[in-house]
Amino acid sequence: MIWLDTIVQGILLGGLYALFAAGLSLVFGIMRLVNLAHGDLIVMAAYLILTVVSVLGINPFLAALIAMPIMFALGWLLQRIVLNRVLGDDILPPLLVTFGLSIVLQNALLEGFSADSQRVSGGALETASWNLGPVTVGIMPLLTFASAILVIVALNQLFYRTALGRAFRATSDDPVTASLMGIKPAGVFAMATGIAMIVVTIAALYLGMRANFDPTVGPARLLYAFEAVIIGGLGSLWGTLAGGIIIGVAQTLGASISPEWQILAGHVAFLVVLLIKPRGLFPRAFD
Amino acid sequence: MTLLQTQGLTAHYGDFQALFGVDIALDAGQTIAIIGANGAGKTTLMRSIAGVLRNAPEMIRYDGTAIGARPADEVMAMGISMVPEGRKLFASLSVEENLLIGTYGRKIAGHWTLDTVYRLFPILKEKRRVPGTALSGGQQQMVAIGRALMSNPRVLLCDEISLGLAPVVIRDIYAALPEIQNSGASVIVVEQDIGQAMKVATTVYCMMEGRVTLSGAPADLSRDAIHAAYFGAHA
Repeated sequence: MIWLDTIVQGILLGGLYALFAAGLSLVFGIMRLVNLAHGDLIVMAAYLILTVVSVLGINPFLAALIAMPIMFALGWLLQRIVLNRVLGDDILPPLLVTFGLSIVLQNALLEGFSADSQRVSGGALETASWNLGPVTVGIMPLLTFASAILVIVALNQLFYRTALGRAFRATSDDPVTASLMGIKPAGVFAMATGIAMIVVTIAALYLGMRANFDPTVGPARLLYAFEAVIIGGLGSLWGTLAGGIIIGVAQTLGASISPEWQILAGHVAFLVVLLIKPRGLFPRAFD
Repeated sequence: MTLLQTQGLTAHYGDFQALFGVDIALDAGQTIAIIGANGAGKTTLMRSIAGVLRNAPEMIRYDGTAIGARPADEVMAMGISMVPEGRKLFASLSVEENLLIGTYGRKIAGHWTLDTVYRLFPILKEKRRVPGTALSGGQQQMVAIGRALMSNPRVLLCDEISLGLAPVVIRDIYAALPEIQNSGASVIVVEQDIGQAMKVATTVYCMMEGRVTLSGAPADLSRDAIHAAYFGAHA
């Protein structure tokens, strides 16, 4: 039964990785922009939540609700002022700019919050669990996983049921023709990054409550997120969840063999999936 | 009344100059045709009017406003809608979504709605759930025309709508033109097919190498004059 428990914990951990990855997947799907600062933006959002919690003395979930519009505005401005200028046929400038942004964010956080590791306190929720017979699941991992599913359902609804979602897909297909429909690609991209930052805030909430974080943990989060997006198939949100689950399960299985195998097993699973399906599990029909 | 006019319109792609002072005028309610061989500058002219290519403001006037420097999304919102060359349907949108997105930048009540577009091209209603790019060439062209009509434009630009289609399909598509004209839209059709252009237009402009080489009412233009303007006098 230890195996069953390990796999269930791994699936739930996959929810956290899917949350890390969903914003990345959204931005890449719409504007073919690989945001190397995504992990650092998650860490920044975690510090923002931490600050709101300590200043206002409120519950972290409420603090995240306050952080969401702030992060949305920051994402919108980031896209409008910085990233829209470097988007184009050449993929190198956006990579360099987001790489630079990643360094700037890490150092700014270091300057502002020091290198001490921090944690957002979830109170009794942190240790609460639910006994399901053969396995016991933590309430916090369960909430994380449920949030990941909710986020993906909501993003899919937005994509396939709203005029904004049609504009996202049309701009992703062909920005010039989209402008003939009265769509401003620069505005659509800013909206997309703003929405991605809302998802980042949700990811940051669980990152902050489940583990310690300091200004330098962003790139490691980014790596798992990348792996989840790539093995899920670029641009597919459900694929991203599947990718997160594969990495999560591989890590918990690895850890149950030997703790030093935890991280490595996730990366090995990533490589194995790529060997079998180089375009990911659920690639979109076209690119 | 002149609704849309270009005056001395020039356009460049980098160092390459594609238009050398083009003057055309479109009256309200009128249909004009631009004919010419490949590379004559017809598509460049359409892209300039639609705002995909930016020009000096005064080079294009629409309804009393200088729009030469406006971006495509603003031009579209003012009521100039384009059926682009090669149809350019959105691959990740269904037929119906392709039509609906035509209203994104301009939502005004008028003759054209999802229902009237489906009445104009009934086959599209049957295929409304299918991805736009899964249709035949002629059906895709119908979607592209419907998409441009959904915003109830005052000017409809049709760039090479018969390109690559069978004659019988071209006839079906041109059969939709009278209803489009009756809906109040003024139309500019770009064609390589001279016969088709002469049939629908009140004024024909012939272009060669970025210049208008001949213009006039179809009845006043002799075959020889068109031949000379289309291919060059010494061809």
